[in-house]
Amino acid sequence: MSATSAPIDQPRGGGGDRISTFARDNAWTLGLIGFLAVLLLFTKYVNQTYGLDSLASTATSVVPLALAAVAQAVVVLSGGIDLSVASQMALTSCVAATLMKGYPGEDVAVVIVVGVLLLGLVLGAINGALVVLTKVPDIIVTLGTSFVWAGFALLVRPAPGGSAAQWLKDLVVGPIVSGIDVIPKAAVLLVIIVAVIWIPLSRSRLGLSLYAIGSNPLAAFRSGVAVNRTKVLSYIVTGFVAAFAGLSLTASTGIGTPVPEPTYVLISIAAVVLGGVSMAGGIGGAFGPIVAVIVLQLIRDDMTFMHVDPNYGLVAQGIILIGVLMVGSLIQQRRSRA
Amino acid sequence: MTAATGTVVRNRWLSAATWRNLLRDYPIVPLTVLLVLLVILADILSPGLVNQGWVTSIVRQATVLAILAGCQTLTMLTGGIDLSVGYVASMAGFVTATFVHQPGGWPMGVVVALVAAALAGLVSGIGVGIFKVHPLIVTLGMGLIVFGFSNVWQLQSVQTGAGVPNEIHTIGVGTLGGIPNDLIVFVPVAIVLILVLKRTGYGRMLYAIGDNPIAARLSGVRSWQVLIVLYAMSGVLAGIAGLVQSGLANTASVTLVQPYLLPSVAAAVIGGTSILGGRGGYSGTIVGALILTVLGSVLSIVLPEPWRQIVFGSIVVLVAAAYARVTAEG
Repeated sequence: MSATSAPIDQPRGGGGDRISTFARDNAWTLGLIGFLAVLLLFTKYVNQTYGLDSLASTATSVVPLALAAVAQAVVVLSGGIDLSVASQMALTSCVAATLMKGYPGEDVAVVIVVGVLLLGLVLGAINGALVVLTKVPDIIVTLGTSFVWAGFALLVRPAPGGSAAQWLKDLVVGPIVSGIDVIPKAAVLLVIIVAVIWIPLSRSRLGLSLYAIGSNPLAAFRSGVAVNRTKVLSYIVTGFVAAFAGLSLTASTGIGTPVPEPTYVLISIAAVVLGGVSMAGGIGGAFGPIVAVIVLQLIRDDMTFMHVDPNYGLVAQGIILIGVLMVGSLIQQRRSRA
Repeated sequence: MTAATGTVVRNRWLSAATWRNLLRDYPIVPLTVLLVLLVILADILSPGLVNQGWVTSIVRQATVLAILAGCQTLTMLTGGIDLSVGYVASMAGFVTATFVHQPGGWPMGVVVALVAAALAGLVSGIGVGIFKVHPLIVTLGMGLIVFGFSNVWQLQSVQTGAGVPNEIHTIGVGTLGGIPNDLIVFVPVAIVLILVLKRTGYGRMLYAIGDNPIAARLSGVRSWQVLIVLYAMSGVLAGIAGLVQSGLANTASVTLVQPYLLPSVAAAVIGGTSILGGRGGYSGTIVGALILTVLGSVLSIVLPEPWRQIVFGSIVVLVAAAYARVTAEG
């Protein structure tokens, strides 16, 4: 009965077919990249001084949000949602900044970073375990834990403060090769983090299971996928990436801020959806959301360049979010009717 | 014979299934018990706290939360959610305040604010009903749009000065014969919502769509019309909540009501409305809003802010888990 067909089980041809298969599987992301290209041209048009270095600074500024979007993408494509991403970022960021102030030293910081990443795994595991054990919808569980993590963040750091190790700050600030401003370190770091986590994951058995439980949990169960275990693992991966996002906040600001940025959750979900991940689960990837984050940021930058009240940027983001999905949904309805 | 019947009856009362059914069908009973226990706890922790002033302040805070939770209850019954209520409500309070020194005065402001709120809801409803986009996304985007426009409006009206109109401030803080004035707004809203859900065909359609959208469609429910009206209604309710809150706080800002967004979802969930749709009601939500407000008051006596948030979040998960257990086995 179900009309949903996962791209996974489509027969793959050899040679030239692979290009067209790739194009079909990634149509949304490719379209988004095309839109980004147009947007960049437009940016250049409205602001003649916009150059590669400006692009680099845009890329640097979106790193925490891009990581938050990737974290959200993992859990959404496996059929869940995580409203506690911003709180997890705040908590991990505060723990990192506080420990680094308490135990200064460049070497100790390595241990702290590893510890904070482990903390991310634990937070994700708790979220996942609660979702599976209580059978409460994901949105309610993570709504509850978003308060809990934010509370712990306030316990750790009653006020913004702390410090970050120099090497951690150096990781995200400045160009990768001094003198050439084109490639910012932050962007390279983002690509490395996502590539190291996402590419092996999406090609592994676990990755396939994530898509399977997102697409159709019952079918996944009957095909021998351990649904509950996979669900917990999806939250663990999300917590892990959110910890990276929290560390990137500490690295770029040099401190920890206990109150989570309220727009992070909303924008992370918006980016995930614009990035081609289906809210129903089972469809999408990690790269679309990253492109979407850059698009959303660039739209706001353009508003500033055009001397439009930047608040219209929010309006534009909202309209694009709803508009794109309406069109997408309309096309899908047409297709399923045909 | 009579003895046998007696045993059966007693057994029925003793069996776990009966209690489960009671909990499932009348969540308001255990919720009210919980509320009373919390109030008693508040008085034990801080003797003399529970007096008329305290009750009044609890009722005032709970009113705003309960109206917003009404938006969530209605939309959650159809399997949706309205994440735009925080910004829509703030917008309504703010717009009204900017009209105080304008032609038409604050009544004009109220009209403009509520029309804008309804319009925002209407567009959300079109997105959900006709275009079948996930309500979470539509209302999220609508929240951003409303927030953006509110900020623009703020920049343009900053020179005209903004102050909460006295009439609305009176609704927020005044009392009439010992009864807080905001009940004058809230009681009619609550009665209408409860009656609409329980006694009208429209209310039953909301349950039907949430319970089984395909069955609802096959029975002749035009879901898209129901949903458009629903989200427009949710927008108006949010606008009313924003007016009450701006009167209570005696300030108007474009983010005033936003902190109530997640608690409003929590209040509806604690009140027994399922986010999956088809189950719940507004009376439970009112008690849920009261519980959350009293809980906040109790926690503020004994715990510092961080622990308050931690306990608050844990309780939301715990109560939802209890519901999931009760309803899964029924």
